[in-house]
Amino acid sequence: MKPYLLLAGLLASGAASAQDMPVLTVYTYESFNTEWGPGPRIEENFEAVCGCDLQFVGVGDGASLVARLRLEGARTEADIVLGIDTNLTAAAAETGLFAPHGIDPEGLDIPVEWTDPVFLPYDWSYFAFVYDTSVVPEPPANFRELAESDLQIVIQDPRSSTPGLGLVLWIKAAYGDEAPAIWEGLADNVLTVTKSWSEAYGLFMENEADMVTSWTTSPAYHVIAEEDDSKDAAIFEEGHYVQIEVAGKVASTEEPELADAFLEFMLSDGFQGVIPTSQWMYPANTPEGGLPEAYSNLSTPETALLFSPEEAAALRDAAVAEWQSALSR
Amino acid sequence: MAIGAQPLGPGGRAGVAAALAVPALIAVTAGAVLWQAGPGRGLSPADWSAVRFTLWQAAVSAVLSIGLAVPLARALARRRFRGRALLVTLLGAPFLLPTIVAVFGLVAVFGRSGALNAVLGWLGLPEVTIYGAHGVILAHVFYNLPLATRLILQGWAAIPAERFRLAATLGMDAAAVNRHLERPMLMRVVPGAALLVFVICTTSFAIALTLGGGPRATTVELAIYQALRFDFDLTRAAVLSLVQLAITGVAALLALRWVGETGIGAGLDRPVRRFDARGPGLRLLDGAVIMLATLFLVLPMVAVALRGLPAFIDLPASVWTALLRSLAVAAASTALVVAGVLAISLAVVRLGRRGHVLEGAALLAVAASPLVIGTGLFIIVHPFVDPGRLALPVTALVNAVMTMPFALRAVIPATQAAEAEFGRLADSVGLAGWTRLRLLVLPRISRPLGFAAGLAAALSMGDLGVIALFADPETATLPLQVYRLMGAYRMDDAAAAALLLLVVTLALFRAFDRGGRGHVEV
Repeated sequence: MKPYLLLAGLLASGAASAQDMPVLTVYTYESFNTEWGPGPRIEENFEAVCGCDLQFVGVGDGASLVARLRLEGARTEADIVLGIDTNLTAAAAETGLFAPHGIDPEGLDIPVEWTDPVFLPYDWSYFAFVYDTSVVPEPPANFRELAESDLQIVIQDPRSSTPGLGLVLWIKAAYGDEAPAIWEGLADNVLTVTKSWSEAYGLFMENEADMVTSWTTSPAYHVIAEEDDSKDAAIFEEGHYVQIEVAGKVASTEEPELADAFLEFMLSDGFQGVIPTSQWMYPANTPEGGLPEAYSNLSTPETALLFSPEEAAALRDAAVAEWQSALSR
Repeated sequence: MAIGAQPLGPGGRAGVAAALAVPALIAVTAGAVLWQAGPGRGLSPADWSAVRFTLWQAAVSAVLSIGLAVPLARALARRRFRGRALLVTLLGAPFLLPTIVAVFGLVAVFGRSGALNAVLGWLGLPEVTIYGAHGVILAHVFYNLPLATRLILQGWAAIPAERFRLAATLGMDAAAVNRHLERPMLMRVVPGAALLVFVICTTSFAIALTLGGGPRATTVELAIYQALRFDFDLTRAAVLSLVQLAITGVAALLALRWVGETGIGAGLDRPVRRFDARGPGLRLLDGAVIMLATLFLVLPMVAVALRGLPAFIDLPASVWTALLRSLAVAAASTALVVAGVLAISLAVVRLGRRGHVLEGAALLAVAASPLVIGTGLFIIVHPFVDPGRLALPVTALVNAVMTMPFALRAVIPATQAAEAEFGRLADSVGLAGWTRLRLLVLPRISRPLGFAAGLAAALSMGDLGVIALFADPETATLPLQVYRLMGAYRMDDAAAAALLLLVVTLALFRAFDRGGRGHVEV
């Protein structure tokens, strides 16, 4: 930033600069826009090229983004909503509050073909059970082995957490009608169920549980930020369910061109390059410099599983009910 | 010695208004949610089982908390020892902990790799697990035993020293003192305390889920969360929260019928000496009760402190700014609570027996779902002003409203006692209005009022769940910052921030509580 701009910003506390420049408001989940998340760096990179004021608004978690938008309806300030995953995009699209992006994304590095006309992906990873290699020397190779083991896992509640819902759909995708039997087998391995990812991962880090539902890319955090290579993700033969996080343009936006520019920017290096070391997920479009070295050492599954948004929406209630009744016995 | 209804006066009228503002806030916010709602699915069988589980665990938690609080309060009332004041403060701490901090403290002691299991393993005994319905109840007792103890201890403190002296002159032993002095006091204090604990436990969410070990431990608040966030089924959320309110309302009416007025009479505020409790057996019993309770309540906090220390000096700057914000919120809501609680307790006393309705009205605040209140306020506010700008005022207001019932339960009995014992004397010398408040009431309620202010300040430091919808990055409070650090994998920093929260909360509580106590012993 130029010195005089900085000075102006300090003097006018942002209000004056916001008057001269168009504002783009992006609703995202809380953790995206903390000082440790990708928000601040992306904001800096986009504002360097857009001649605008990019404002991230952190709104709870991924699940509450759509609820917030529906609460506000067409009156919303949001121009972009960023942070829904494909398990929830059907419900989001159904609200009619989003407009098509009109972009033909080429060369995306995600494990499925992208055809969604409304939402665009920005990062992804595989759901997986993360463990400590010094505690669990031989991790299970599939859900049945996990169910037969004495290992204790912490999972998230699919009624309040997106990784929780991801695990339920993972087992549904891998086992279909047998999913309830798998859950019954897992019931004695489930140490507890938490409201959100943070509590579950916290319990795992306090050595309460042997494994925790997280992502195959989570170990990269420990390698890069803590120089600790003891965490790994257990790779299951059934394949791993994919979480793809997406953004969409709000139909009622007063800055449609700016919103389109942001979505274009989202797939470029200025955005994608920030993702690996702040979101700890794979960027949807690998930046020019490639991924950090720690990413090339990560365990990765052979098979990617994913329901289409429509399938996920149709299956969700029944799959969660199966989960609930199996674990309530 | 009961006093009849008196004219309300300006203070009393303000109290009636303040007390009625609570149900009004709840009704308006629930109404806003319903108004915004489209057709919903209605309540499912799973929702009803959540209602049953919620009531069951709240009832068991309340009975156990009170059952344990009575012997603990009695032991603390009978004994004087070095460090007692500090202990009484520390015992207040669990109730003030943000849920996430409490859960991790408990897990460090009772969890799978916790201290207790380490000791059991060393002794060759089988492992115990905290996860399950018993874990939920353990956590709720951990949370509420201290609150119940403090409320009951105030009952003991309200028995004048002269009574114990008289009892000793009459040759009463501990059992007789219990029958003639303590039991009547307990009959008056226990129902209100039990009700409060019951109501607090009905809105439990994260504790119940995390320690409950699975979806069996689903509470109504979780069902509301799901309805609001995942399903956007506003009707179901509002209906669930009204069901919860109705249950609490009935419980409140039942319990407050039992809350009588003081029949103990006045004294000269001399230090209490307990001639009845001198036997070695009773000393041993009280000592053991105090020791066990201290271990149970303090160990998890020690665990939180030890876990947080390593990263403490390197805490990011944003944590300190979040702390300042939390302190501002706490100051505002403490001022609101002190003003509100004074006015309401005056109104309750002046209305006589009908006054309990006011306390019941204010109590609904604890039972109301913070999620529904937050959503309702959001719906109301959004058309007019950016909700993010109101994050801190709304948090201060809602925190104040939700702390009011605790404060009232502490202050009302003392106000009643002051008026019952000295009201006629004051009437006869024409003491009224502000002078009466300053000379008669305030000095006699300064202890519970200080306690109430401490509670309000400390509880407002914690996260009462409303902020989430309103918060934006510039308005994160300290508890929210703890969650953010956890969400960014920074568990060590989160633990250190949690320690900071614990220390500041306790310090605030102690400052107010001591200020109220002055030179008088509790």
